[in-house]
Formats: sequence, structure tokens, C-alpha cells
Amino acid sequence: MITYIAKRLGTGVILALLVTFITFLLLSTSFGDVARTILGQSATPENTAALMTAKGWDRPVIVQYGDWLLSALRGDFGTSVYTSLPVGPSVVQRLLVTLSIIVPALLITAVISTMLGVWAATRGGVVDRIAQGISLIGYIVPGLLLAIGLVVIFAVQLKLLPATGYTPLADDPAAWIRSITIPVIVLTIGGVANMSAQVRGRMIDELRRDYVRTLRTRGVSSTSIVVKHALRNAGSPALTVMSLEFIQMFGAALIIENVFALPGYGSFAFNASLQGDIPVILGITAFGVALVTIVNLTTDLLNGWLNPKARDH
Amino acid sequence: MAQPESERPLTRRIEPVTKSVTAPSTSSIAVARANGGATPRTPLWKKLLRDPQAVVTTGILVVIFALGLLTPLIAPHGPNESVLSMVNAPPGTPGYPLGADESGRDIFSRLLHSINTAAISAILGTGVALIVGITAGLIGGYFGRATRATTEWIFSLIMTFPGLLLLIILMPVTGGDYRATMLIFGVLLAPGIYRIVRNLVLGVKNELYVDAARVSGVGTLRILGRHVLTVVRGPIIIAAAFMVGSTIAVQSGLAFLGVGSLEIPSFGAMISSGFRNLYIAPTQFLWPSLLLGLITASLVLLGNSLRDAFEGSKPKPSKVGAGQRVAEIDAETLAVPPAVLLGVRGLAIAYPTPSGDLIEVVKGVDLDIARGEVLGLVGESGSGKSQTAFATLGVLPNEAVITGGSILFEGRELIGLSDAQMRPLRGKAIAYIPQEPMSNLDPSYRVGSQLVEGVRSALGISKKEAKSRVLALLERCGIADPARTFDSYPHQISGGMAQRVLIAGAVASRPKLLIADEPTTALDVTVQAEILDLLRDLQSELDMAVLIVTHNFGVVADLCDRIAVMRQGRIVETGLAAQIFGDPQHEYTRTLLGAILDESSYRTDPPVTAPTQGGQA
Repeated sequence: MITYIAKRLGTGVILALLVTFITFLLLSTSFGDVARTILGQSATPENTAALMTAKGWDRPVIVQYGDWLLSALRGDFGTSVYTSLPVGPSVVQRLLVTLSIIVPALLITAVISTMLGVWAATRGGVVDRIAQGISLIGYIVPGLLLAIGLVVIFAVQLKLLPATGYTPLADDPAAWIRSITIPVIVLTIGGVANMSAQVRGRMIDELRRDYVRTLRTRGVSSTSIVVKHALRNAGSPALTVMSLEFIQMFGAALIIENVFALPGYGSFAFNASLQGDIPVILGITAFGVALVTIVNLTTDLLNGWLNPKARDH
Repeated sequence: MAQPESERPLTRRIEPVTKSVTAPSTSSIAVARANGGATPRTPLWKKLLRDPQAVVTTGILVVIFALGLLTPLIAPHGPNESVLSMVNAPPGTPGYPLGADESGRDIFSRLLHSINTAAISAILGTGVALIVGITAGLIGGYFGRATRATTEWIFSLIMTFPGLLLLIILMPVTGGDYRATMLIFGVLLAPGIYRIVRNLVLGVKNELYVDAARVSGVGTLRILGRHVLTVVRGPIIIAAAFMVGSTIAVQSGLAFLGVGSLEIPSFGAMISSGFRNLYIAPTQFLWPSLLLGLITASLVLLGNSLRDAFEGSKPKPSKVGAGQRVAEIDAETLAVPPAVLLGVRGLAIAYPTPSGDLIEVVKGVDLDIARGEVLGLVGESGSGKSQTAFATLGVLPNEAVITGGSILFEGRELIGLSDAQMRPLRGKAIAYIPQEPMSNLDPSYRVGSQLVEGVRSALGISKKEAKSRVLALLERCGIADPARTFDSYPHQISGGMAQRVLIAGAVASRPKLLIADEPTTALDVTVQAEILDLLRDLQSELDMAVLIVTHNFGVVADLCDRIAVMRQGRIVETGLAAQIFGDPQHEYTRTLLGAILDESSYRTDPPVTAPTQGGQA
């Protein structure tokens, strides 16, 4: 088990190094433009060159990356080019806002999808068609349109919920819930569309397996067969889908944060990219990879718990 | 023993009550049989033309993208032509059919121009995804393990990063140009295509015809081109339909955020401007939203239609615990089985074809098993032996329909019972040993807990009692270290051991009738003999009746009291084992017996009395 975790962590570290390095490499081509943007009107070739030297941007890419990596390992991600605020704490603060939307959305998605998928796979007929219809609607309406539609209905027309803005949980829990309600609904609808179809398909496959028939011939109840046996075996592939769903939601949150003016990770990344704030972009990338690694590791550990075969590999 | 009426024609009236299945007449079954049960292959485009969903969505997409192509001819204004006096003009303004936006630009013209932006995004994104994904998939699937490991690693790397975030992060590099962004997005979409192609190539590679092509000296590239690309075509077309939808959605999302030039007309930019203007001109965001929604919805629905046409319909769920499907059976015409332990008369089982007709696989089977008797049901694969066994256990697959007959167990009719009504009989009265030991154990639970669950379900005894019973039985079934096996997971034990576990599970509740479906077929020859010994010993110890289903006369030779020979859904001959071996009546029985005589020099004297187990394999 320990070697299993070590192996997974190792893969995560390699992934983190590779992604940050590639990002660094790609961004390094635009350092000159960034310097000119910072200088604005006063950007003469001499000035630009001087700024490049001052920032250390004229050194070989690999040296710069090594520098950045060593400081990052000590927890120092540098400061923003524009605001001079330390990158690390700013990213964490923004990340918490985004996670406060994604985590509830993911949990609700998991619960609804499991119920809907199992329900469809074990009842068939009309129930199955309803479940598939729900999933299809989630698929065919782009998240952007859904977000705007819900804002128009609930915030503009009915005035039930705030259209935009974010209240931190610590300030006012009730206001926090109201500020995340529509974003969470949007993410959940997209998530359920995908997840419930996956759970349904896996459950249908599992219920047709030989061991299910054998358990039935021993007099085991339908409830135990569905919940204890089939669902557990369907759980392991569904979990992988869920981890991909999490990463997907992370991307979708970008647009959602923009629609609802939430001060999250995505909008932070967007503004930094627009300005060419290199240290912030790198910090965002590093934290993004770290998060992905944690999600994947958690998925693998849960998988090992659900599926004894995975434990032995 | 009554002579089997297996040759009688199927004359009973059959009226299935299940709605989804059309009532078959004897003639339609005959016709279906004449066709060999296969429906003629319909060309793909014909299948799609018959599907209204495919026709409507294709129509919508063709109209929309044709309008895009005609934009230079039909758009009244340029995409960025703004007229100050027209700012926020309402719909219906002359020259501005849908009104104008916050900068006084014609919404209708911008919609048309946006179609082209969407089309270019789709072509670039999907094109790159297809080129990268197919190339890598062919390489990863066709060449050796090392190459595959590398491509695999690269693509799983791409998949683990949030794509939209990466597109944003790389904005300083792409300059926000939507075409460059879509090229990168194409790479991010490639893993999906890669997986499809790699899996299909791996499958095709293992099929004989590629080997044959290689042996006959056809070059590697030609093999890839000819054989593999024909197989991967379908899934790729389906994936492409979905990818076109997601590239358009992502491009719109990015444009909505404001990535890229403001000069480029696109749905996202229009929605964004309309959204900002929501309180002043509430309909502005509606038009681009509707068009975008129409395009993506059409693409998803078209993708679904393509999937149905290429891959056929997937298995459908059915109600768990509903019991076996039974057609309406005319009781008066049925022969009543005699009062034995298990009496089967005229059992008929059918499966629906894709066109909805029913094809009978079991066509009126009669069987009788007395208490403590061992009956061998022998026949080639596909003769309906296992279906007969499943029907008796009440575990036929969902699609199967019992179209006729009667199964009496201790005088009680089993056909038509629900799962809940069957449950008290299972394990305790009728038990089952499957063919393939490994797949019949739940991989997620320890062997012991599965057996204990079965025993407790059947007998309702305490956990402790059940455990000691299972441990004793595992030992009785020849497992050297029962406690260790009890705590093992299925993948940790051997096939022979798994079969002993399943036998222990079957006899644990002391059934009156044990149905063993090819219990030794999946095992090594040496293990086969041991398992048969075990079955024989258990049978006499517990005084069970046993129905042993097999294609191998060797297996039944010294185990069975009586033998029934089955072929193409009918019993062709029944008799005492000695009779069947000594004086086979039916041609088919003689052929089957001839097969084992050819394999090993089998004795001609009645094998029931044979004291050794030689020649069983």
C-alpha cells in the first residue's frame, strides 16, 4: 500500500514539474511583450532591455525555471508584477472561493447521479427514459447558456437570489449559500448529465455479470445485489469519471466565475493572463497541478479501497 | 419413463404479453429461422435516413452552416459596422430585423458572421484532435509495448489538466487569437480520439485477418490503412460530432470571457454584450444564445443518432426482481408433468431479434428428475441446455421470454413466479454451480463473506453459524487451508479452487436439487476429475438430485443415472445411462458418442458400473 501511494505521488511530482516547465517555456517567448506592456508609453528598446535584466528574464530559460522552482519549493512564488502582492497567499485565497463552488457541486452531483443512475438501471421502462431525458438536457444546453438563463430567471425576473457577487462563508453563512446557489446548480446540471449516464451504463453492465446470477441462485436479496454488489463494482470506474468531472468543473468554473463576478481562481487566472503577470500565471499553474495531483491520488486511494484487485498492483 | 415428445411440431398458440415484443406467429419464427436468425445488414445512410432525429438535426445544421457560407451575399451589414443612431435599436427596425447592439451594430448580420467563426473553430479544433489522436492511436495501438507506454503517458498527462484553464494561461502566447487557441484546444481533445483508435487497433491487431495480411507480405502501412481505418471509422465519426459541439461551445465561452480580438464576431462575444445590456435590451442575448443552443443541441442529438446507427442499441435495463418474462401460455394444451422432484414439460424459451421477432432457442423440452437421481443433459453448445437450466433456476437473462411449458418443482409451478417468490426456493431447494468459476465470484468481496451471505439468505442462521458451516464445507470440498481461502479475494485463488468454493456455496444450504452447468469445462484436465469425484461424493452424502449440463459424454459417463441428449432446442433421446451408452437410438447421440470413442479408447461396457474414473477427460 505504501509503495502504491509513493508511486502515485511520484507520478504527480513528475506531472507537476513537466507542466510548470512547459508553461514556463511557452510563456518565456512573451517576456519581451510583457516588459513592454509594463513600461507602457516609456518602452524604448533600451528601457525594455534594462527591465528584462532587472527581472532576470534575459537569462537562459532553464536557469530561470530552476530559480523559480527552488523558491517555489520553499513556498515563495514571487510577487505580482503589477500589484507587488505575494503570489502564494493570493492564489490560495482565490482557490478557496472556487473550491467552495466546486466541492458542493461535486458532492451533489455524486449523490444525484448515483441515485438517478441506479434507479434507471434497475427500474427500466419509463423511469429509464426519464433519467436519460434529464441527462440529455444537461448535455445539449451549454453551461454558459444555463448560467445566463438561471440568472435571468432567478435573479433578474424573480429577484430570489443575488445575480452576482460573493460573500465568504465566515462573514455570513446564509449570504454565502445564496451567492453560490446558482453557480452550484449550473455546475451540478452539467455534472449530473455526464455522471448519471455513466453510473447507469456501469450498473447495467454489472447487473448482467455472471456473479450476479450466481448470487441470485443462492437466494441473496435484490437489494443486496444492487446496492452491496453491483454498485460497489460499478463504483470504481464511476470514481474515475468523477475525478475527470472535478477537473472539468475547474475549467467550467472559469466561465461561471465571470458570469457571476466571483473573485475565484479562474477569474484570477484570466486577469493575470490578460495582463501578462508572469509570476501569478506560474503560481496559478503550480497550484492547479498540485490540486490535480491531490484529486488523482485521492481517486486512486478510494479505488484501492473499493477494488481489491487495484490494491495488489 | 415416458418417451419424450420432442419431435412434435410447435402448434400451441403463443401470445406474449410483453408490450415491447411483437407477437410472433409460428410462421414468423419459421421465417426468422430460415434467415438463420440474422437480419440483413442495412446500409448506414439508410438507417440514418429512417431516423427522424438524424434527419432533423442534419437539416438544421446544414441550413445554419449554409447561411454562414452565404453571409457575404445575404448579410445586410458588416460585422463591425456600427451606426450611432442605431444603438440598441429594437427588433423590427428597418434594415435591422433583430435590432442593433450597444454599439449600433446589426445583430442579424453579426449572427451570420458568427456562424462562420464557429465553423472555423470547429474545423480547426476537431481537425487537430483527429489528426493528432488518430496518428498517435495508430502508432500506440499498432507498435509494441514501449511505444504504447510512451503515448499512453503523454495523453494521460494532457487529460489531467483543466483544458480551459490552460487555454487562458497560454493567452500571452497565443495573443488570444481564436484560431491559435482552437489549435491548442484540438490537442487537448486528442486523448479521447487516441483512446478510441488505440483500443480498436489493439482489437483488430489481434484478429486473424491482420495476421493473415502480414503473413501474405502486405506492408505495415497498408495494413493500417486498409483494415484498421475501416474499423475505426464509425466511432471516430461519432466522436467528431460531439467534438464539433464542444469546440464551438468552448470558443463561445472564451469569447464570452473576452479572450481575443473584439473585432471577431462570435456567439460568445454577442452573448456577453447582450448580457451586459440585459436591463436595457433584454432580448439581445437571446438570439445568439438560441442559435448557439440550437447548434450544440443538434450536434449532440446527431451524435446520439450516429451512435445508434453505427453501434446498434446498447443493452437496456429492466426491472430488477421482476422475475422471468413469460408469454401467455394456453394451460389446457399443456401436458402435466408427473409428480417427481422436478418435472419439465414442453418448456419453450425465445429471444427477440433486433427487428422484434422472437426466435425460439428451446423448443419444447421435457425432463424428469426424481429425488436423489443424477440426470445428465448432454448436447453441443447452443443447443439450449444452459437456457433450460437457467429457466429452472428462474435466472434467465432479461431479454428471454418463456413462450410455453411448465416447470413443476415438488408439485409447485415455477413459471410465472416473481423473484421474491423464487427466493425461498433458491439455495435451499434448488442450487447452482456455474461454468466459469472466476467470473461467478464477486471480485470486490472476500470469498468467505460471499458464501456466508448466501447461506444466511437461504437459511436465516446467525453469522457465526454460517461461518462455521462455510468453513467446514470448504474443507469438505477439498480446500487445504479453509480459513485462508475464506479470507482471500477471488483474484487471489486459482480456477480449480474457485470452482470448489462455488460448489461449497451451492451445497451449503443442503439443496434438494443441484444444477451444475458445465461444472468442469473451464478447468484443467487433472482438476476436472477431482471436481467430478467431489460432486459424486457430495451427491451421495447429501442425497441430492443433480442435473448436470455438459457437452461432454465423458463427464456424465460414470456420474449419471440417466441421460437426456439435447440438440437445437429439443430433447432427441432420453434413457438410462447404460442404455444410451450401450444402444444409442438417435443418430446424433451416436455422433456424440463417436466423438469420445475417437478421442480415447472408451470401454463399451456400461460405464455406470465402472469403478475407476479413467478416460473422463
